[in-house]
Amino acid sequence: MKLSDTRDIKATPGEVWTAILNPEVLKECIPGCESLSGSVAEGYEAVVKQKVGPVSATFTGLVQLSDIVEGKSLKISGEGKGGVAGFAKGGADVSFEPIEGGTRLTYVAEASVGGKIAQLGSRIIDSFAKKLADEFFTRFQEAVEEPEPAEVAGEEGAGPEEQKKGWFKRLLGG
Amino acid sequence: MPKDHGIGAPMKRREDVRFLTGRGVYTDDLALHGQAAAVFVRSTVAHGRIKSINPTKAAAMPGVLAIFTGEDFKDVGGNPAGWLINSRDGTPMREPKRPVLAHGKVRHVGDAYAAVIAETLSQAKDAAEQLADDSVIEELPAIVDMKAAVADATNRVHDEIPDNLCFDWGWIEDNRAAVDAAMKAAPHVVTLNLVNNRLVPNAMEPRASIGEYNPGTGDYKLTTTSQNPHLTRLLVAAFVLGIPENKLTVVAPDVGGGFGSKIYHYGEEALVLAAAKKLGRPVRWTAERSESFLTDAHGRDHVTKIELGCTKDGQILAIRTETLANVGAYLSNFSTATPTFLHGTLMAGPYKVPHVYVNVKTVFTNTAPVDAYRGAGRPEATFSLERVIDKMCRELNLDPFEVRRKNLLTPDQFPYTTPVGLVYDTGNYQATLDRAMAMADVAGFDKRAAASKARGKLRGMGLSTWIEACGIAPSHLVGILGSRVGLYDAATVRVNATGNLSVMVGAHSHGQGHETVFAQIVAEKLGVPESSVEIVHGDTSKIPFGMGSYGSRSLAVCGVAVTKAIDKIVAKGKKIAAHMLEASEGDITFEDGKFSVAGTDKAKTFGEIAFSAYVPHNYPLETLEPGLEETAFYDPANFTYPAGAYICEVEVDEGTGKVDVVAFHCADDFGNVMNPMVVEGQVHGGVGQGIGQALCEFTAYDENGQLLTGSYMDYPMPRAEDVPFYNVDYSCQTPCTHNPLGVKGCGEAGAIGSPPAVVNAVIDALHRGGHAHVTHIDMPVSPSRVWQAVNG
Repeated sequence: MKLSDTRDIKATPGEVWTAILNPEVLKECIPGCESLSGSVAEGYEAVVKQKVGPVSATFTGLVQLSDIVEGKSLKISGEGKGGVAGFAKGGADVSFEPIEGGTRLTYVAEASVGGKIAQLGSRIIDSFAKKLADEFFTRFQEAVEEPEPAEVAGEEGAGPEEQKKGWFKRLLGG
Repeated sequence: MPKDHGIGAPMKRREDVRFLTGRGVYTDDLALHGQAAAVFVRSTVAHGRIKSINPTKAAAMPGVLAIFTGEDFKDVGGNPAGWLINSRDGTPMREPKRPVLAHGKVRHVGDAYAAVIAETLSQAKDAAEQLADDSVIEELPAIVDMKAAVADATNRVHDEIPDNLCFDWGWIEDNRAAVDAAMKAAPHVVTLNLVNNRLVPNAMEPRASIGEYNPGTGDYKLTTTSQNPHLTRLLVAAFVLGIPENKLTVVAPDVGGGFGSKIYHYGEEALVLAAAKKLGRPVRWTAERSESFLTDAHGRDHVTKIELGCTKDGQILAIRTETLANVGAYLSNFSTATPTFLHGTLMAGPYKVPHVYVNVKTVFTNTAPVDAYRGAGRPEATFSLERVIDKMCRELNLDPFEVRRKNLLTPDQFPYTTPVGLVYDTGNYQATLDRAMAMADVAGFDKRAAASKARGKLRGMGLSTWIEACGIAPSHLVGILGSRVGLYDAATVRVNATGNLSVMVGAHSHGQGHETVFAQIVAEKLGVPESSVEIVHGDTSKIPFGMGSYGSRSLAVCGVAVTKAIDKIVAKGKKIAAHMLEASEGDITFEDGKFSVAGTDKAKTFGEIAFSAYVPHNYPLETLEPGLEETAFYDPANFTYPAGAYICEVEVDEGTGKVDVVAFHCADDFGNVMNPMVVEGQVHGGVGQGIGQALCEFTAYDENGQLLTGSYMDYPMPRAEDVPFYNVDYSCQTPCTHNPLGVKGCGEAGAIGSPPAVVNAVIDALHRGGHAHVTHIDMPVSPSRVWQAVNG
């Protein structure tokens, strides 16, 4: 299955690029990510908890960044084993181009699942993958952009969310 | 008045008392002292190389007793294919080893590469999950599509088989040129490309096995869900584990359905035995439903091109087929026979067709093994044939009933040698066609169609005149066809001293009703009440031998073995009676349970003779052994050939594409009928499965070889609302000419005859509704497929 989308982020390409290479950002943006450690060069060990239809699982695996073209594009790929639940793997080719007022992020993602998740969840897997990709890039966008005062935080609770938004940019901007 | 007992009586099934009151005893119901639990670690990828399996952590987990991997079985035998098929060029089929546990490579999702034995099931599951985590399997590109599998020589299911081809079979190869010439010369040729959809067998009871080993005697015992305990013993003992056959007992207790999937030996059975020996305690395994979906041998999965050459008025001149048949990742025991001799030999149908040629290429893929499933090859042949004949009728604007009548063999033509190697002994296909047409009120169809139209539905009628070869089979014939076993069956009739009987039969009953029907036969033949006859099956330590229940063979083969054993009992009884009655043996007659001296009132009852045999005070001991027990093996002279005509009526909703089967009429010729109620039940079940295949069931693997229809959320079984009230008739009876019961078998008929009747009806409805561009819809004829066909 292939998914693609574009997002216009209100930050400079340089800021966006720095953010995507930051493991703290990745950890915050990967939905259900419980831990993430490692480096760009070595790849990151990640633990991700997800529920796909009737199957709930903790995936452990490797997230890697490859095909890095400084400031322009890279590939994020991950593969996780979820024990009896099976496995999930996917990747996204992400590219960045400057636009007026910020950066246009384009991604083409691919995902596949195996084992019990495929057997039990195949009907919902497409929409599930789309939701995950959406969530990842939404969080990424939120992390990089300044918080918009009018914006109301989502269902996960207003307080911490509000603080999270823009934290990365504030960090960079001082 | 219908009989109320004995042969032909609609006796209620005695086994249903225990089944319906929860008193059946299935493998998983058995709790053995000291039992340990086995859980299999199964591949989550369709194709992969096993790089490493590190058992250290799993082995140290609570309760873990043993861990097995493919390495532990690399020196024992593989699970063999039962039929050797040769390719058109004479080379033998490719037979990759099917190991107990995958070794080196995993070849389908669900392929077991390790097993954990622990004190409890939960502990075994936890350790199996750990072991899966500690296993490195490098995923390889999956081979799923058969055409791609054959085309791509680089990607191989089995590294030693370059084109993923098991064999390329031609039947009958010598006739090929003549068939090609006849096709070329035919005034009209109809071509149909179709898919016979892959099915998951879905027995209600999942597979389960318990292994036991007694270190004191060296005896093994396997309790397992088998249709075929003797064959399982033979395969485990002689081929896989190398146990002497006399040191292994296989018991198949109550078994909750099989439909073919439990004919075969599976690796789990060998594993629990090996584990029981290693641990010196019972080891049990029961499949979860997900494991059943992934690892029970699936059915069908043919991609076929069929061509039919005919005259403009519908006389069939030649039939030619090309089929790709999926065998999955490994050769299951019957997998090579199913698409060949159970398929190609039926391609002439019940018709006079001078020229027939069948080509089948059997392909390995990274999917579950595919093998015989209710009907096994014959539904595929029947579907191809009945669909292409229907297409011929539409192309040439001919009446499908008249076209069948024109081509059907006539009663004076039997015995009839087909161009595909069978000799039909008897039949009356016109009679079943007439009967079906009368039952279906064909003449009144237009009125019903008008009523449907008034309700906004398109009504269609579909016909299928089917034949099958069953009662498999004559050993001499199957030997010629490549079988590595004989296909006789056996029975022992033991008359106890008190006159009641224990009858040990080789055929295993897992829903068929043998315990009732075999008792009816014994009771009738010996003039004793059914209640005094016990049918014993499913235990190799009690039963002389058996080749299992499949291929609608139980009654036609094992049932006849029972009657042969009874003949021996009666013959011995006559000797005893002659002595007791002081008459000559030749003057003794046996009737209604009495041995009499002909022409006198001197007689002894069956009970008196039995008692005398066991208390031989007045007995010809010098010439006759005491006791009254006889065994017979029976090997039939030919297959049996049930046939019939099925008419299906459907209503199609043009707006949604939904198909409702509104009427289904079956006129079958099963030869003599032993128990009409059981026969009706078998037809109902078979037609239900056929409607399931036609309308609902579909097994989907994605391009990575992941099974997407792995649960009942995505694999729709037919439900009560999907099937109509069946109209079943078996009054057209041409008794089989070569077995003394005159029976033919009825277990698979419904599943063979019904799918094309349903699809023909759908096409008919669409044509009547003005959608003449729809010439075929592949099964399952689901609402989306119908809608897409209608809307182009």
